[in-house]
Amino acid sequence: MVSPAESDVAALVDLARARAVIEAVCDPEIPVLTLADLGVIRSIEQRADGKIEIAITPTYSGCPAMSAITVDLHAALAKAGFDDVTITTVLHPAWTSDWMSATGRAKLRAYGIAPPAAKASRRALFGEEAAPACPQCNSGQTEKISEFGSTACKALWRCLSCREPFDAFKCI
Amino acid sequence: MDVVAAIEDDLFAYALMLGDSALVLGHRLSEWSGFGPTLEEDIALSNMALDLLGQARLCLDYAGKVEGRGRDEDALAFMRDDTDYRNLLICEQPRGDFAVTMVRQLFYAGFMQPCFTSLMASRDSTLAAIAAKAEKEMAYHLRHAGEWVIRLGDGTAESHVRTQRALDEMAIYVAEFFSVSAVERRLVDAGIAADPLSLRRPFEDSITPILKEATLVVPSFAQGQHGGKEGRHGEHLSRLLGEMQVLHRAHPGATW
Repeated sequence: MVSPAESDVAALVDLARARAVIEAVCDPEIPVLTLADLGVIRSIEQRADGKIEIAITPTYSGCPAMSAITVDLHAALAKAGFDDVTITTVLHPAWTSDWMSATGRAKLRAYGIAPPAAKASRRALFGEEAAPACPQCNSGQTEKISEFGSTACKALWRCLSCREPFDAFKCI
Repeated sequence: MDVVAAIEDDLFAYALMLGDSALVLGHRLSEWSGFGPTLEEDIALSNMALDLLGQARLCLDYAGKVEGRGRDEDALAFMRDDTDYRNLLICEQPRGDFAVTMVRQLFYAGFMQPCFTSLMASRDSTLAAIAAKAEKEMAYHLRHAGEWVIRLGDGTAESHVRTQRALDEMAIYVAEFFSVSAVERRLVDAGIAADPLSLRRPFEDSITPILKEATLVVPSFAQGQHGGKEGRHGEHLSRLLGEMQVLHRAHPGATW
């Protein structure tokens, strides 16, 4: 016989376990980042019947990673014993690069991608952004090659010191 | 009850207007994939096409839900004919040369960026949420197109001539941005739609300095062709849809 208090504790433990699994799933296009690093998980809840409900938000309207993320989440949770899962996409409030964690920014830099500036501003959208430091040699002498990089969330830059081209996460 | 039903009909039509413009223009941009003038620009054009396709999916998905007849985004994109499309006429024009493509992007983003800004205050929370995402994307597209138009207009004699020609060709589709359809009139009154008349000033304020810096003659936007919002299109749209819809119609219900 399980007392109500014990079942409450069990539910909390269950939810914490699910949360750890969800947060550790990696972005399919930038596998060095987890979904928690990216800041795209909006809520994780468990209903009384055990069902896990997750809300995620896209970085860009047309982000093609969203369907891959959904598939990966279902697979990771199933492996951990959570079969009853619904994933919904929420648009509001709109994702901003401010939601990327400090850990995420450090991982990006180590991976060779310049992280977004600390605070997204309207001015950055109109070209007044500060040049990102080169993730290879840390030089501040960099120039933009293209507004658009290998994915919707990145732009293409080049370092004038070490001459390496690099992706920079857009600040939005 | 009748009032609610009438608003829902209008909301369905309005979501189609937003979604169809993004879908049709996104398709036009995607025609550049593999043909961009440089590798970086090829990627940029495909990225912008993806942004627009994403916006189209959100709007058409919502339109289908508002309509409540079980049509999803694919049914609306692939199973409607040209006269059921509600996109702005500028979106369906052929991609032309790179100058035409960039001038059109400048006009479209110059209009949609303030339009989405206005929609962020819509009483319809779904439209407001879509707008908050799309507005950032449009600001980025506007900046990209603006830089290219300046580079082309203030570039070589050849690029200047071509960009001025593109500007004059595309200018006749701008007046439609600020025309107010019956659907929009009612939804503006209900606090749901962006008022097209209020968008003329921010549009001109954002594109005029760019055109001047590009040493181009700013055309008149006073008169132009209308009809896209009511489903009156040219044959360019029919051909575009023919290509876009053929696979889905040949293999109904096919999935990846």
